[in-house]
Amino acid sequence: MSEHRGTRARSVELRRPPLAIIAIAAVAIAFFALPFIGLLWRVPWTDAWSLLTTQSSLTALRLSITTSLWATALSIIFGVPLAWVLARYGFPGRRVVRALCLLSLVLPPVVGGVALFAAYGRRGLLGDSLFELFGMRLPFSTAGVVLAQTFIAMPFLVLTVEAALRGLDQRPEDAARTLGASRWYAFRRVTLPAIRPALIAGAVLAWARALGEFGATITFAGNFPGRTQTMPLSVYLALESNPGQALVLSVVMIAISFGVLLSLRDQWLGGSTEAGSSR
Amino acid sequence: MSIDANFQIQLAEFSLEVELKLTEGEVLAVLGPNGSGKSTLLRALSGLQPIESGVIKIHDVVVDDAEHSLFVMPEHRHVGVMFQSSELFNNLSVLENVAFGLRSRGTKRNNARAHAAEWLERFSLEQFAQRRPTSLSGGQAQRVALARALATNPNLLLLDEPTSALDVRAKAEIRRDLLRLRQQRPVTTLLVTHDPLDAFALADRVIVLEEGRIVQSGALDDVASHPRSRHIADMVGLSLVRGEVRDGALTTPSGARLVVPADSPPGLSVASIRPASVSLHRAEPEGSARNAWSMTVTDIDRHPERVRARLNGPIPLLAELTPAGAEALALTVGDTIWASVKASEVTVTPDLGT
Amino acid sequence: MTSVLPPFSRSRPVAIVSAVVVAVTLLATACRAPSKSSSTTSPDSLSGSLTVSAASSLQGAFTDLKVAFEKAHPGMNVTVNFGASSTLAQQIIDGAPVDVFASADEANMTKVSNKKLQSGTPKIFATNSLEIIVRKGNPSKIASLADLSKSGLIYITCAPEVPIGKYGAQVLQKAGVKVSPASLEPDVKGIVAKVTAGEADAGIVYATDISATKGAADGVVIPADVNAIATYPIVAISTSTNSTAAQSWIAFVTGTEGQTILKNYGFGAP
Repeated sequence: MSEHRGTRARSVELRRPPLAIIAIAAVAIAFFALPFIGLLWRVPWTDAWSLLTTQSSLTALRLSITTSLWATALSIIFGVPLAWVLARYGFPGRRVVRALCLLSLVLPPVVGGVALFAAYGRRGLLGDSLFELFGMRLPFSTAGVVLAQTFIAMPFLVLTVEAALRGLDQRPEDAARTLGASRWYAFRRVTLPAIRPALIAGAVLAWARALGEFGATITFAGNFPGRTQTMPLSVYLALESNPGQALVLSVVMIAISFGVLLSLRDQWLGGSTEAGSSR
Repeated sequence: MSIDANFQIQLAEFSLEVELKLTEGEVLAVLGPNGSGKSTLLRALSGLQPIESGVIKIHDVVVDDAEHSLFVMPEHRHVGVMFQSSELFNNLSVLENVAFGLRSRGTKRNNARAHAAEWLERFSLEQFAQRRPTSLSGGQAQRVALARALATNPNLLLLDEPTSALDVRAKAEIRRDLLRLRQQRPVTTLLVTHDPLDAFALADRVIVLEEGRIVQSGALDDVASHPRSRHIADMVGLSLVRGEVRDGALTTPSGARLVVPADSPPGLSVASIRPASVSLHRAEPEGSARNAWSMTVTDIDRHPERVRARLNGPIPLLAELTPAGAEALALTVGDTIWASVKASEVTVTPDLGT
Repeated sequence: MTSVLPPFSRSRPVAIVSAVVVAVTLLATACRAPSKSSSTTSPDSLSGSLTVSAASSLQGAFTDLKVAFEKAHPGMNVTVNFGASSTLAQQIIDGAPVDVFASADEANMTKVSNKKLQSGTPKIFATNSLEIIVRKGNPSKIASLADLSKSGLIYITCAPEVPIGKYGAQVLQKAGVKVSPASLEPDVKGIVAKVTAGEADAGIVYATDISATKGAADGVVIPADVNAIATYPIVAISTSTNSTAAQSWIAFVTGTEGQTILKNYGFGAP
């Protein structure tokens, strides 16, 4: 008297976790879903478009996109070599150096901002030298925003790429070296293509983190519309002056981040990669 | 000297200590069980692993000298390497794979690709030029890997177990390619393998590596006839018979007939017979063995645990028996004796010609 | 023999997930659990806890006031929450469990009373004048408001919703000085911190803030004819759970002892 179920349904039933686990997971899903559902519920939809297209919103949006893209580019340019060195070069003290480079992952971003002052502020280590050599003052400037975002976001990329490099089968690189490739040529044409998914995932994560950066930015770069007032700062300030605008901007940021995460395939988020050779 | 190496590398369980020389154009097979240090030897020669003491010279150029901290990077050694699994680059097409070596040395893209296309043609692989390595079979990938290694015109070829991951037919194809290469443009070659058939097919000389040491070296026939250990004895000593298989039997060019297993594919083939499968009798045997010939004993190698006899006849064979068995037969050089082999103990491999 | 296993339903796990999500949502919207602290109506034996939201510039004074109040009423436990008046007002509107609100301007107090959250009429309990804060030793040599527009000078202020931001803009407008700030800090203490640290050159803050730095930063007086006077209102919040204590606190602040403490910190009389 058993009903006929499709094979696929039976396979799903065979492998799924026990119901109790699913119930607990359901609570977790509700935990994550509730804030976003609540947000969508409270947004003043009738005014949404006009709130979104105010000068301050658009300026903040444009600034956020520009600075976060710059921060991502810097994260790639400096992060990939760092990941390469950490993964492949066994120098003494590597563990300490690695911990240092990943520190801002676990640090409260405001602390990061304070530390950035100590390095690049007027009374910091390099502040005066930078001003004398390049006429550049980093605090309170857009460049300062990019610096703060890079400081906070780069470790995400370094972590992802380093993990991928460590897990990579080195034999294709060996083959490339015996064929005549220098270390750099082998890295460029064999290794990098092999870790491309991890590199993309790392860059996307870094970009998302840079986009949402608040603590280090407001502490180090300050807050000024058009120059250093990024979207997250704009939302924070709008909370007091125009809560409706804060809600609308929040929804925009969530939509962007959600879209980005959806576009990342499962394997990329896990940071795993397959070796780049056949058989 | 093409290779003049004398070095030591510490491995997990033992130390690899090797002294070997190769002359120009020579093909040396390095036989040995898994874990004996064969691959490390090859990696040291190719520059993928530095030695801990000693010197390696390739074509009279010092490429690794531990005492003087001299080390030439793999990309500057001009050595072609073939690995057990082809290690083709999955992000490049077959043509780009073969062109890789030239391009990495600075050749312009179009020139490199033209050169690569020629090599693919030589191996009859041109139809795969635009394909990705993942779409190739194991045998095809290995042949592309060989073309890739040769495309840079290396003056030393190192082959690390090139056939061990392949099926019987693919093994035969690679051996054929390597043989053809030997005839058309001989390159000094060092072949690492645990399959004696590779050595039989290709090598002039053989060394046997066990636990990091060379335990025997010499011409293949000599090592096969006079193995110094059970291990070596098991490894080498196959009798090979070439001919055409038809209707369940292999006929040699000289007309001798060897009954083979019923499922052997017809056509040109190589049959291999283990020495232990050869039984010796004073009188013509009757019974299940349908392969029996009258042979002359040309050489006897006596060992406390086993005796090996070289037999000459319609099908030259190497036989192995216990000392007691040899005693019972009163075996002496020059004797006439009957040798028999069961068809089921004959292994047949397609012979794709040279 | 028929199968003893329950009929397998593919939708069962999905049903469970939906049920939990709905249940949690209902729970969240239906639930409101205000904490109730015990309180007595006897004025001379006040007990319980009191939460006061006060403008950042009141930090020094209200901390002393808290100590004195708790000494006078040993059963009381006072928590003072400092921040920009605009932030505090928004928190109250969003439902923060606050008993008393002391703002640095009337605009933010109006925000609260517009939502009918005040209990009683707001009372002005102190005033404050503004002063230019500069780095210790005044290395930028600022002598007047006009000097703030010197090129290369880093001047910071707060957003207009924050009282000091508004007052500072008023002062500059009265004096006819145009300055482009490098940053709009979240509250007045942010201005003080950055100037004290030397990362910014100047800002306009309350006179009390400069004395509170105890010499870590210097001040430049603003002429009275262009200066703004900040007026500080205080009120009890209608949703307070300890209204007796709230009124008692307000009486304390506006009473002799409170006013003396405020005067010591440099505040003006209401």
